[in-house]
Amino acid sequence: MTTTTPPRTDQNNATADADGRPTVSANAVPEGVNLRALAERRVIPLRHPVRWVITALVLVVLLNFGQTLFTNPAWEWAKVGKWFFSPAILAGLQLTLLATGISAVVSFLGGIVVALGRLSGNPILSGASWLYIWVFRSVPLILVLIFLYNLGSLYPTIGIGIPFGPQFEVQTFTLLSDLTLGVIGLSLSEIAYSAEVVRSGLLAVDQGQHEAAKSLGIPRRRQFTRIVLPQALRSIVPAYVNQIVGLLKASSLLFYVSLLDLFGVVQNLGSTYPTDIIPLLVVATIWYLILTSAISIIQYYVERFYARGTTRTALPLTPFQRVRAAANSLRGDSL
Amino acid sequence: MTTSAPAQTSTAVDTAAATAAAGDPTTAVEIHNATKSFGDRQVLKGVDLTVKKGTVTVILGPSGSGKSTLLRAINHLEKLDEGYVVVGDELVGVRVVGDRFKELHEKQILRQRSKIGFVFQNFNLFPHLTILENIVEAPISLGIKPKAARELARTLLERVGLADKQSAYPRQLSGGQQQRVAIARALAFDPELILFDEPTSALDPELVGEVLGVIRTLTGGGTTLIVVTHEIGFARECADWIVFLDEGRIVEQGRPEDVLDRPRERRTQDFLSKVL
Repeated sequence: MTTTTPPRTDQNNATADADGRPTVSANAVPEGVNLRALAERRVIPLRHPVRWVITALVLVVLLNFGQTLFTNPAWEWAKVGKWFFSPAILAGLQLTLLATGISAVVSFLGGIVVALGRLSGNPILSGASWLYIWVFRSVPLILVLIFLYNLGSLYPTIGIGIPFGPQFEVQTFTLLSDLTLGVIGLSLSEIAYSAEVVRSGLLAVDQGQHEAAKSLGIPRRRQFTRIVLPQALRSIVPAYVNQIVGLLKASSLLFYVSLLDLFGVVQNLGSTYPTDIIPLLVVATIWYLILTSAISIIQYYVERFYARGTTRTALPLTPFQRVRAAANSLRGDSL
Repeated sequence: MTTSAPAQTSTAVDTAAATAAAGDPTTAVEIHNATKSFGDRQVLKGVDLTVKKGTVTVILGPSGSGKSTLLRAINHLEKLDEGYVVVGDELVGVRVVGDRFKELHEKQILRQRSKIGFVFQNFNLFPHLTILENIVEAPISLGIKPKAARELARTLLERVGLADKQSAYPRQLSGGQQQRVAIARALAFDPELILFDEPTSALDPELVGEVLGVIRTLTGGGTTLIVVTHEIGFARECADWIVFLDEGRIVEQGRPEDVLDRPRERRTQDFLSKVL
């Protein structure tokens, strides 16, 4: 390296080392200052002026929008209040909850089965599981639903039997109601996703845990239910709850197979009462927000349950516990 | 090779093994022609080893010499390609079918494993279970009444000096404490044979002593210990027999004062000069 004169500015106190390379010391000890005298004073934390500017901007935008909620008459809040608890909306809500709830449980259990299939040493099982996931992750849910809706024309009867041997059959339409078909459709596609969520959770469990369980002679099924699955659930739960939220919203597609879920009801009412469309959309939005919030609260507690033992100290208090502790300490003070 | 022609399918005490092992009731473990490859790398190249009942055997060797694989083969965590392991009077993991060894059903292997203690380098405690739950998990799953299992667990925790930690979670303990719990867990079925896979290698130096101390209390009581370790001091003090393994073969074995102080083989000398 040829020696060049290092850039010298007073501000960064640039110097050069023995080889002539610049060693920039941006913050050299200032001369003539008694550091010892400063050492006992509190250090001033770094200020963030840009943050304040951005905060102000965001607040202005939010307040502007908030203002329109009250000043713009098109929101028609009175009508929102009228529709919010109307029987039609509540019936739709019930169907949304039912379809989402059943599908969520079925898909979780199905997801475990398909995930275990994919992890199985049996090539037919793992191949079949892979194929299933491939098909149902590729095909849009709406397509699956409409396919199922037309199942009667594809397979007028449904049955099972020994291939080329005796068969047991029933009429497709007597067997499956619209809701059943809808739930099957949602679950079929949801299982494919949850299988991948479960599989990634199972793979995240340390190999040493399997080995310890084996070396202790714990029976195979119990190794899974007591040792591996509870640890896998720690990473499965957040990802799966995400899936459930997606499922909740995907259930609005049931409208296209003539099931009146929350969205379906709103859509129907909107065409009957075209002037109320905005308040109806607001009603649906608020209900979906409430449902998602409820799911998030449940998620918090489930995650907390599976987090036991993961920290060196006790888990932090839940918000509810904190409120109670604060109330207790207040009461203690007043005594 | 002393393998006698085995009879047809047999169950409990397999003939081929029985002729070798049951011939000498003082033998705790007999390993013959242990051979194992991972891909095209052969890690065990026909190891023969006999361990006497109630003794402490220390297996030494450079990393990659196959010592952990050999230890893990003893409770069938590692399946041998060829060869067999007899613990007590039982063939481990296989039975004799015609003129071959055939792997046992997993259920039977699990039953065999429950009678052999195994202590891992990384403890492998179950992090989501409390210390007490860690210890009672296996006994309860194998049919012991929960109340009796908890009582047993508390006795074992007392033995390793951690009676006050039963409701803590593993991550709340130090490494040394976790390993002591792991030892207590391995003692739950009162095993006659306990295998230690580098039990102190994951520990901070100041915690090694407490774990070795617990292991020391297990010696001399009729329990057979096989320990893979790099703690030469422990080997010198506690081992009855030292086995030096290199490149999948036993290079040298003997009493500690012979192998550690007067190693005959060049490779043993090289290894000891590096670790001492």
